[in-house]
Amino acid sequence: MNAKAGALVADLVSEFKTNGRIVIVGASLAGLRAAETLRDEGFNGKLTIIGDEKEEPYDRPPLSKQVLKGWVRADHTLLPRSRKLDADWRLGVAATGLDRVSKQVRLANGEQVPFDRLLIATGTRARPWFNPKEAALEGVFTLRTAGDAGRLQAALAAKPGRVLIIGAGFIGSEMASVCRELGLAVTVAERAGGPLVGALGGVIGDIAAEMQRDAGVDLRTGISVQSLGGDAKGHVRRAKLSDGTTLDVDVVVPSLGSIRNVEWLQGAGLATGRWGVGCDAGCRVFDVHGVVTDSIFVAGDIARAPHVLYDYQFLVLEHWDNAVFGGKVAAHNMVSLEADRRPHLPLPAFWSGQFGVNIKGVGVGPFADEIVFTQGSVKDRRFAAAYGYRGRVVAAVTFNHGKWLEYYGAMIERSAPFPPPPPGYDAAPDMKPMPARFPEPGVPTGNPDVVLTGHDPTDRQAEYRTKER
Amino acid sequence: MTPESAWAEAMKFENRPNPYRFFDELRKTPVARVADGLYVVTGYRELMALAHDPRISSDSRRLKAKAAAKADAEADPSIAAYGEHGSMIVADPPEHDKNRRQSMRHFGPPHTTDLIPSTEPGIKRLCNQLLDKASGKTRMDIVDEYAYPVPVMVICKILGVPMKDEPQFHAWIHDFMVGIADMGPDAATKEGKARAEKGRVSAAAFMQYLTDLVKGFVKEPSDSMLSKMVHDKGPDGPMTPREVVQNAALLLIAGHDSTVNTIAHCVLTALRNPGTLELLRERPGLIPYAVEEVLRVESAVQFFPSRSATADIEIAGTVIPKGSQVHLLYGAANRDPKRFPNPNKFDLERKDNEHFGWGSGIHTCFGGPLARLEVNLAFETFIRRVQNPRLVEDPPEYRRSNIFRGPRHLMIDYTRIIE
Repeated sequence: MNAKAGALVADLVSEFKTNGRIVIVGASLAGLRAAETLRDEGFNGKLTIIGDEKEEPYDRPPLSKQVLKGWVRADHTLLPRSRKLDADWRLGVAATGLDRVSKQVRLANGEQVPFDRLLIATGTRARPWFNPKEAALEGVFTLRTAGDAGRLQAALAAKPGRVLIIGAGFIGSEMASVCRELGLAVTVAERAGGPLVGALGGVIGDIAAEMQRDAGVDLRTGISVQSLGGDAKGHVRRAKLSDGTTLDVDVVVPSLGSIRNVEWLQGAGLATGRWGVGCDAGCRVFDVHGVVTDSIFVAGDIARAPHVLYDYQFLVLEHWDNAVFGGKVAAHNMVSLEADRRPHLPLPAFWSGQFGVNIKGVGVGPFADEIVFTQGSVKDRRFAAAYGYRGRVVAAVTFNHGKWLEYYGAMIERSAPFPPPPPGYDAAPDMKPMPARFPEPGVPTGNPDVVLTGHDPTDRQAEYRTKER
Repeated sequence: MTPESAWAEAMKFENRPNPYRFFDELRKTPVARVADGLYVVTGYRELMALAHDPRISSDSRRLKAKAAAKADAEADPSIAAYGEHGSMIVADPPEHDKNRRQSMRHFGPPHTTDLIPSTEPGIKRLCNQLLDKASGKTRMDIVDEYAYPVPVMVICKILGVPMKDEPQFHAWIHDFMVGIADMGPDAATKEGKARAEKGRVSAAAFMQYLTDLVKGFVKEPSDSMLSKMVHDKGPDGPMTPREVVQNAALLLIAGHDSTVNTIAHCVLTALRNPGTLELLRERPGLIPYAVEEVLRVESAVQFFPSRSATADIEIAGTVIPKGSQVHLLYGAANRDPKRFPNPNKFDLERKDNEHFGWGSGIHTCFGGPLARLEVNLAFETFIRRVQNPRLVEDPPEYRRSNIFRGPRHLMIDYTRIIE
């Protein structure tokens, strides 16, 4: 580039940082951290943050733990702010459409918000119970928002006779744990062979099942709930299970994973679908043909990007730190020229607390076919295990052993050989790899919060050109 | 400069005020062999990896066994003072994890949530009393007159060690810190050997003192942490009295020694960097950041000589052979330019300051949350009340230990103590 052109580009960047308009749709963790990063990086233009919830950005992990237990009020989990934002907040009004030609976001109240750059961070919502009439019964809850958590906490504090949790993923299992800590009778119904199998496989699922049963949870696996029934006042009282039994219940919480909030993008011609919004490693959204857009970015639970560590499959990660780092990288790239852009290549990481055990993991378990216990003791529920795929380490999980995760994370990053070498002490009794027992993709399970969604950015909606003559 | 000579220089007493230029030399090979069977780690990434590698053991008995097998008393890698006696810092899982749980139950969350915060009023009061004493004069020794009394009072109260015995154990601890905790070439001199002998005698007396103290708690329980450890009814049961004694030594020494060094280094670093005190007075919210930055640039524990490799470990182009001793040099990794831009600069507004001042991995500082509180309160009180402080000499006189590094005295002049 000659000097004149260089100066012109520099002018454009400074002009955009001064007078540009950025709209962030989604006012939760990813959206907030992105907004802060934009200001940190010197974006002084107009910043609009749109969120369908009325609350200021709040933290969700405590909702299924400290809030349900009654330690922390549901409205006391607002996210800490790293700086002043000077943003135009549009809270309590959902975005309903995107016009890419006129570059405007349509709001539920009919307003149009123009943008030069757009960040999509609309996240997910709880998958509702499939039967709307039954879902409307009093005593049936889902858990995603602070409002949900407040209502469910009140219901649990009222000492119901029995709680039924449908689905034993992380959130379902955490809720069951809280119920037991509160001294409540609780049944967990899971279609797969055990809790957490979608994320961690059947070997770990067996341990998680034992933890639940030891804590007094009535865990029923390989079973589904077919219908819910109410009393004359419209309060849920019964659940019919697929094995023909009927349970008397006062509170029911379907915990069936999430639905990605992408409906508002319908018709915009972007690579959106049930798995989220396809994007490149720099958070730039693909259009429906797999062509990368210049002005539309995505971060958080719905961002779906190819990952170098996992055969470049598109990966969606419903993890807390993915929202933080993704939001930051997206924001940086929104105000940076090509040469300064950064990739968002997270090493997936997650944690959970349940039944007195701190569970932490790195990598993508469902990508693996084998698992090996490496450190500690399964019996004492203090151990580390590594996951392997074709002779390399691709994930690891620890129960009350989180301080070792760094070691496994580094192995995953360099695709180190599987199984890992034996530790010098406290080695697991039998370091023999075994099948990790993940369910086949597409089998309904405890809903993994990491999904390997294949190689296609657009579910093959692209139009192929015929060969030119 | 070869890694061997850079290491020897870094460990020499005369270079105690500034070992960092030798660490920079060493870091050219982030994992370097510096003596027969001794490897030192100076790169941030490499240290992080090895601090979390379960093939690196902290069990000092492995090193002792090796030295004994060689029948070479000179090479006895006697672990410094508080590691010598088999406490959790020189143990591996599962014993380490069990001891740490058995101790933490009586110290921090989730089982003991109030102990650390409850020390705050007492710390503030003592800091203020010490400065009150220093008013009416214009020169004080920050180490002896300010930094030392605060953490000693706090840890004695927590553990149940009578303050009246302080002069006694202070002398013992001083002797073996000087005598045993010297990993450098000075230890082999005649004076060094005499210091080591005195250190061993004092260490034995110190351990006997703690043994008697713990015996007392067996007979007569009190509200103190050591007594609770003796009478523990937790899921892991109580430690044996012997384990309590070993860990009591660790908690008593580590519970104040490094805190003293850090408070002194806070004052020293602030006075070396003009404008720091003014900025901190104006924006006291930066004090916690200043403390962390001091820990980065002047790590109170420079390394801990307990670790060894249980297998051949390849890292950063070096193979550490099985059985080698491995020193993780926190003070060196904390100035790795690949991790910390402009690493020698004391930067109050440094972002992403994930330093190794508290160690890393399962042996991460047990008392860190207490030490943070003590250092912050002591530094904050100093900043607020001491008017126009200046260093009398720079560098100040340093303590002999190359492991637990800090000024022996830190003389400052000041105009007055503000009410």
